[in-house]
Amino acid sequence: MGGTPGIPPVPTPSANTPGPHPGPEPGPDGLGISTPDLTQAIHGKEAVFTALSENSAVKALASLATDAKWDRQELTITVPSESIQTACRAVQSAGYNFFEDVTAVDWYPQEPRFQLTYHILSHALKQRIRIVVKLDSASLSIESIIPIWPAANFYEREVFDLFGIHFSGHPRLTRIMMPDNWEGHPLRKDYPVEGYR
Amino acid sequence: MAPTAAPDMLIPGVEDVVADAAAHPVSGTEDHTMVLNMGPQHPSTHGVLRLVLEIDGESIISLAPDIGYLHTGIEKTCEAKFYQQVVPLTDRIDYLCPMTNNLAYCLAVEKLLALEIPERAQILRVLLNELTRIQSHLVWLGTHAMDIGALTMFLYCWREREDILRIFEAVSGQRMMTSYFRIGGLALEPPMGFYKSVQDFLDIMPGRIDQYENLLTGNPIWIGRLQGVGTLTAAEAISLGVTGPPLRASGVDWDLRRDMPYSGYEKFKFNVPTSQVGDVWARYVVRIQEMRESVKICQQAMEMLAAMPRDTPAYRIVADAPKIVLPDREQMKTQMESLIHHFKIVTEGFAVPAGEVYQAVESPRGEMGYYVVSDGTAKPYRVHMRNPSFATLQALETMCKGRLLADVVAVIGSIDIVLGEIDR
Repeated sequence: MGGTPGIPPVPTPSANTPGPHPGPEPGPDGLGISTPDLTQAIHGKEAVFTALSENSAVKALASLATDAKWDRQELTITVPSESIQTACRAVQSAGYNFFEDVTAVDWYPQEPRFQLTYHILSHALKQRIRIVVKLDSASLSIESIIPIWPAANFYEREVFDLFGIHFSGHPRLTRIMMPDNWEGHPLRKDYPVEGYR
Repeated sequence: MAPTAAPDMLIPGVEDVVADAAAHPVSGTEDHTMVLNMGPQHPSTHGVLRLVLEIDGESIISLAPDIGYLHTGIEKTCEAKFYQQVVPLTDRIDYLCPMTNNLAYCLAVEKLLALEIPERAQILRVLLNELTRIQSHLVWLGTHAMDIGALTMFLYCWREREDILRIFEAVSGQRMMTSYFRIGGLALEPPMGFYKSVQDFLDIMPGRIDQYENLLTGNPIWIGRLQGVGTLTAAEAISLGVTGPPLRASGVDWDLRRDMPYSGYEKFKFNVPTSQVGDVWARYVVRIQEMRESVKICQQAMEMLAAMPRDTPAYRIVADAPKIVLPDREQMKTQMESLIHHFKIVTEGFAVPAGEVYQAVESPRGEMGYYVVSDGTAKPYRVHMRNPSFATLQALETMCKGRLLADVVAVIGSIDIVLGEIDR
């Protein structure tokens, strides 16, 4: 079981909108928009934004989001890669004041290959939001969010080191975990677990 | 409060200067600065942290941490293991709080599985986590005081830490790498004498904390070395991602145990100590008070466990999930079903529904978050740890800049970093 190729990740069945990734499956049919049940997973931008219309992150990102997901009581909003700084500024002014984490997921060999995941916390609202950006392997570059949260400095260096994603505007984008002369990016899925020998 | 950018983080560090002198001509020679290498084998760097310091006389002009000496690729290794095989790996990330790592990872996977944990297992997890917090703070206090020159503290702290490690050994068979939590509950029933040894420890601990305070809190050398050193404002702490005791010492009243409770923390009554000062002294005061609060939480957990009726589903230590939790050894010998479940779990693991979760817990050092992505198979597609020390280290330059070289040692001690979790 462990060796079988994974089922398609993060299904985003946009039942109501023709999303950017119209998957082969239409997904679960028309979600009950009239009575949102927040104990269940909700997929698709329209459905999530209707069910969670009071959420401040949803309000802040309404114009930017391309996709959204409410799963296991966690809100995920996908934004285009070029608007990551705008999105971060928007959630910051919506009260999400604390940057927690940025990391990447490699969905090799699918495209868009990389998923950048930002976790932002609000001390006042006691809520967390996950902002997701998809990156094609052809253009592995995204704006750094250090102007908004300097805390992202080491995290972006780590993603650069282990995934090879470039953060433009980063003051010192060098390897942080691996030696400077290391070849390859170890957390990519096409990099063997035991390394190259 | 709006985060402000700390300008220190935005300029290239002096590490570049050392690495490539031709590309970055050293400009400091005229104005009498020198570059000093500290670590990675320096005893006060708490592991293998290398700092490249630019100093003018004894004042710090800039400081650049160089990390990665302990990088073992744990995140990559996790992707090649079954979900249950990742638990022992999480111990090794932060070797001073293995139980906290176990808890964060297990909670994340349990969230993916939508698994309900029996109440007694939750309380035992909280109890062991708070003992871990005391144990970790004792290591911090002992080494921090030793760095500053109070060697006696180290021996006293190790005496109490030994009591906790004996409890851990009785519970799990291991002193440090406990691996005691399982996805779905706990590995074993606590042994005979467990509650008594915990109670004995809880009885002596408040008096022992008084002893530490007698030695340090009024001590003029201790005060002189700590007060006004390494100040971090609340806005700086937030913008640099600082969590845990350093954040609370800077005046931000935030504790995940109280504000986003997990594993039943909402049932416990405790205070969250804070301070408005933000210096090394404030971090000392906050952590000492945290130890007292942890003793109170442990005491409440002991009372809850004693009052719990036996032979109820809530009294179990594992969830009722035969396809996820390994069966009882005795049942395996008599029941075919249990034998099959055991064989299937050990050989092929268990499939976890596709999805992604982020579970954060309050570790002794701050927010420890596990981001687990599942693709529906028995192995995690991606496991990422958000470790508190990693972010706190970024604030080191802000805290040390303009201070004396000797203060760097005090500040490193006060932020209580563990290099294992920084490098992973």
